[in-house]
Amino acid sequence: MPHVKCLQCRECKTEYPIEPLNACEFCFGPLEVAYDYNSVAKAVSRKSIESGPNTMWRYHDFLPVEKESAVDISTGFTPLIHAKNLGRKLGLDHLYIKNDSVNPTFSFKDRPVSVTATKALEFEFDVLACVSTGNLMGSVAAHGAKAGMETMVFYPADLEQGKIQGAAVYGPTMVAVEGTYDQANRFCSELADAYRWAFVNINMRPYYAEGSKTLGYEVSEQLGWKAPDHCLVPGASGELHTKIWKGIEEFEGAGLIEKAKTKMHLAQAEGCAPIVEAFETGNNQVKPVKPETIAKSLAIGNPAAGPYSLEVLRETGGTGVFAYEDSIIDGIRMLAETEGIFTETAGGVVISSLKRLVKQGKIKKDEVTVAFVTGNGLKTLEAMGDFVDPIETKPQMNTFQTKLSKRRD
Amino acid sequence: MSVSVRIPTPLRKVTNGEDKADVDGNTVSAIIASLDSQFPGIKSRLCDDSGDLRSFVNIYVNGEDIRFMDGMESGVNSGDEVSIVPAVAGGN
Repeated sequence: MPHVKCLQCRECKTEYPIEPLNACEFCFGPLEVAYDYNSVAKAVSRKSIESGPNTMWRYHDFLPVEKESAVDISTGFTPLIHAKNLGRKLGLDHLYIKNDSVNPTFSFKDRPVSVTATKALEFEFDVLACVSTGNLMGSVAAHGAKAGMETMVFYPADLEQGKIQGAAVYGPTMVAVEGTYDQANRFCSELADAYRWAFVNINMRPYYAEGSKTLGYEVSEQLGWKAPDHCLVPGASGELHTKIWKGIEEFEGAGLIEKAKTKMHLAQAEGCAPIVEAFETGNNQVKPVKPETIAKSLAIGNPAAGPYSLEVLRETGGTGVFAYEDSIIDGIRMLAETEGIFTETAGGVVISSLKRLVKQGKIKKDEVTVAFVTGNGLKTLEAMGDFVDPIETKPQMNTFQTKLSKRRD
Repeated sequence: MSVSVRIPTPLRKVTNGEDKADVDGNTVSAIIASLDSQFPGIKSRLCDDSGDLRSFVNIYVNGEDIRFMDGMESGVNSGDEVSIVPAVAGGN
């Protein structure tokens, strides 16, 4: 990590050494990794990046760890698909889906966790831990397995089975916490003070958050070294939204792309939309809510990066938009039926919100738009409800033909 | 009446390393005032110049976020647990 300077408070700018710390002791502001960007700019070029591996580690110069020691399960450089069928339906000529549901543990979380597991080994932690709405715990358990670390994952007890089993298979200690994610998160913040564990999204948060920037780099590179006109990002804590924008800004600063005019939109679910609410009412502070949504991976009522996500929305001319609860499954099916991509509820929120943004005239037909699909649909099967209605037939031609023609009437 | 307050790591330099403090007070703001007389300077870490809680500090009474109660004027009873937690945690 030759380009890393220190940790720095985003609010009062106090500097701290590179240690497992997440909050400023003077103002409680979030600590972030500070880089020597001149040194980064000298080290990278389009060519150097293009000759790197087909993973997120092609961008290692922008990450706060040594690539040689990376805990890498082959994350990133996921497909950016020109979604012509969905685009035609919505009236967009240049709609792209960034399909991050094809990462090793089937969500974008492998990006921040790959960075954090690497950093945790550097800090000589034995235990990798997290508090999760589902996707994160699968990723932490997998990376811990790869790194040979003990893993502890905490989650609200009512999560989808696909996420619970999809994490348990890697062998972590599973801890089902009674209550909401926000309650589990508060509890884990207290635990992080009591145990010397690398809690990826608590004491390791400054390093963790950096991994998500790679989505911003990737999309820009995949569009031919050009930032899109619009990004639509699902919002839980708001961190992914701010970090994709940070990635685009860093690429611009390093001279890898022209000045970006990207509008950074944020999509939340109707039943948990605290950032969108603050955006719509013109508040700078996010008022916490008690989540009631089927999009459990987005059910964070007290979003840690809420104020910064609001800043990004306002600075870039983006829009905060929510998807109606009863439209989330429609969004999932629409993406599946047009593009052959089966996403989880968070992706349904994105597609349904995209439809609303286009209707509101926020996105024009000829503008390049990237919708971020960050998790896989097989993890949230129960949210789909009972929608399968097969033709039931004997293995016999006549029966089948009669039933088929009835179905097609 | 005595209330137990959990002190998070970033504040422990002010509390001489203590992770818990027993203080008196029947509202959150009274608790903070009482903490400050025990550990001078702690209030300025938690509150801004106008006395409002800083945006990156969350306070919980028996696990409930005081923003769902009456904010700084939320009532506190003897035996309650008050927890001060940095807001910057969790999520993606």
